[in-house]
Amino acid sequence: MATAIQALKGDAPQQARSLYRQLLRQGDQFAAYNFREYAKRRTRDAFRENKTVDDPRMVQELIQKGLKELQVLKRATVVSQFYQMDRLVVEGGRSVGLSGYGVVDLPTWGKKEQTDS
Amino acid sequence: MTSLSSSALRQAGRLCRRTAATGTLISTTARVANAPLQQVAQRRYVSESRQDNAQVKVDTAIKLNKDDFINVAAQSPDGSNMMVSPMAEVLKQATTMEEGQRPIYLDMQATTPVDPRVLDAMLPFYTGLYGNPHSRTHAYGWESEKAVEEAREHIARLIGADPKEIIFTSGATESNNMSIKGVARFFGRSGKKKHIITTQTEHKCVLDSCRHLQDDGFEVTYLPVQQSGRIDMAELEAAIKPETALVSVMTVNNEIGVIQPIEEIGKLCRSKKVFFHTDAAQAVGKIPLDVNAMNIDLMSISSHKIYGPKGIGACYVRRRPRVRLDPLITGGGQERGLRSGTLAPALAAGFGEACRIAYEDMEDICCNKAPSLKNIFSLSRLYDAKRVKKLSDRLLKGLLSLEHTTQNGDPEHFYPGCVNVSFAYVEGESLLMALKDIALSSGSACTSASLEPSYVLRALGNSDESAHSSIRFGIGRFTTEAEIDYVLKAVKERVDFLRELSPLWELVQDGVDLSTIQWSQH
Repeated sequence: MATAIQALKGDAPQQARSLYRQLLRQGDQFAAYNFREYAKRRTRDAFRENKTVDDPRMVQELIQKGLKELQVLKRATVVSQFYQMDRLVVEGGRSVGLSGYGVVDLPTWGKKEQTDS
Repeated sequence: MTSLSSSALRQAGRLCRRTAATGTLISTTARVANAPLQQVAQRRYVSESRQDNAQVKVDTAIKLNKDDFINVAAQSPDGSNMMVSPMAEVLKQATTMEEGQRPIYLDMQATTPVDPRVLDAMLPFYTGLYGNPHSRTHAYGWESEKAVEEAREHIARLIGADPKEIIFTSGATESNNMSIKGVARFFGRSGKKKHIITTQTEHKCVLDSCRHLQDDGFEVTYLPVQQSGRIDMAELEAAIKPETALVSVMTVNNEIGVIQPIEEIGKLCRSKKVFFHTDAAQAVGKIPLDVNAMNIDLMSISSHKIYGPKGIGACYVRRRPRVRLDPLITGGGQERGLRSGTLAPALAAGFGEACRIAYEDMEDICCNKAPSLKNIFSLSRLYDAKRVKKLSDRLLKGLLSLEHTTQNGDPEHFYPGCVNVSFAYVEGESLLMALKDIALSSGSACTSASLEPSYVLRALGNSDESAHSSIRFGIGRFTTEAEIDYVLKAVKERVDFLRELSPLWELVQDGVDLSTIQWSQH
């Protein structure tokens, strides 16, 4: 992004960087996991996709579009926070199952079976 | 956090084991454990010869029974099981602390979540803009009408149509009914055009509309499909008669995701001067469609399959050459008199926004160019489509690497967001039960209440067993890589687990061909 935008006059690079940060930060506010991940991913990919754009008018157009998306994002995240659901099973960075707790007797099935036979 | 809670849990567990009052817990666990143990005892041969296979995966075992623990706490508030509930409470807290309880949504063919951008477009119509879009006398009506017309333009642009050709309906089911019954009744009146062609894999609402027309004296041909799920063009051509009024073939199948050769069917129908209706509920916004390039005369579209609100859909009705149909719903004459009734501006605006987002994703290839379905996923702008394809490849590769799994439908011509896989020697419904942490379906949502095998899979020539053991995975815009990885791991473990319980699997492991067995009658 930097190389393309540094060539520009004015504060467009700074504007773009600030917009990028704001979009990412706002997207992170979604209560729903899927929307949150999508917002962040879409922002990142859209900026990456357009990093080679060097036509100042085009850059301004993209920034305007981004600002509009930011407004939508602000409203949508507020609504999302009002109606929070339970978290998804994939959230929290843990994988399937509860192994490691060592509380339950159930995991010894396999062992019993070996001694039986 | 993990170590802290786990040590607390360990302590609680030790406490439980030491106390005599834990009888109930032990017995529940013992009961849970017993069932598979007995099975294991019967399967001695297998467990000896293939020890690795017969062992129960720890993760699966606990995950499957996690709900049992939580339920124990819920059922014993009276304190009689004092030692049970604290333990269960700890466990419950630990699970909600570490990970959520809500299943992963992987049933995008049934419906999709409403995109936040769509909701944002809808909200003004639920708060301030409440005018009736058909009111011509005041500003409240005008602003609603303007929004509805804008939405109409977005929908029309997505399929390359004129906004005037879009009729809002309550959903794809109504659109299908309207198209099939409408055309048949209008052209059947003269008594000459009394024949309709459709396929065996259509959605229930198309098949049922045809069934009703049969009762009214129409002749209906239900075309069989090939093993791949696609229809044979030669067979279709042979089925078209001079009295054929309508051909109805769905674009993307809702259960197996197979894409029909719509362009060729359209060309054939146009040359034979037969109207062509396609149910594109699963296709619009996902694969590029152009009603003019594909010679489509009638098309059903649904909003809630493309991240729009439920309760609205549209029907494309061609104006030139004009398709005439008998309206199902008559009244105030809205929507060119084809579908009377006040429109819902909020739903229409949401639907329009959903179409705009979908169009933005594929505008380069939509605009009045004949899209070729073969290489659509290699284009640069298709952000969502490429992503769905990537996740789908990942899922499919992982699932097919399991033993005895097959993909249903044409592996070349299918929409990647719909992956239908058969797990041999596993009951599909029991796998769905075991996969409680993933929202899946074995077929369409309409038939998910019955335990009948899917008629779509039967039409492909699959056996009852294979149809029973199939599961459909739907991938969409909001699916993440982490979810796919979780699903792959969970499916693998639980398929292994269920197969270990199955006596059939044991026979297969022994190298017995199941089709040669003479099952005794009971």
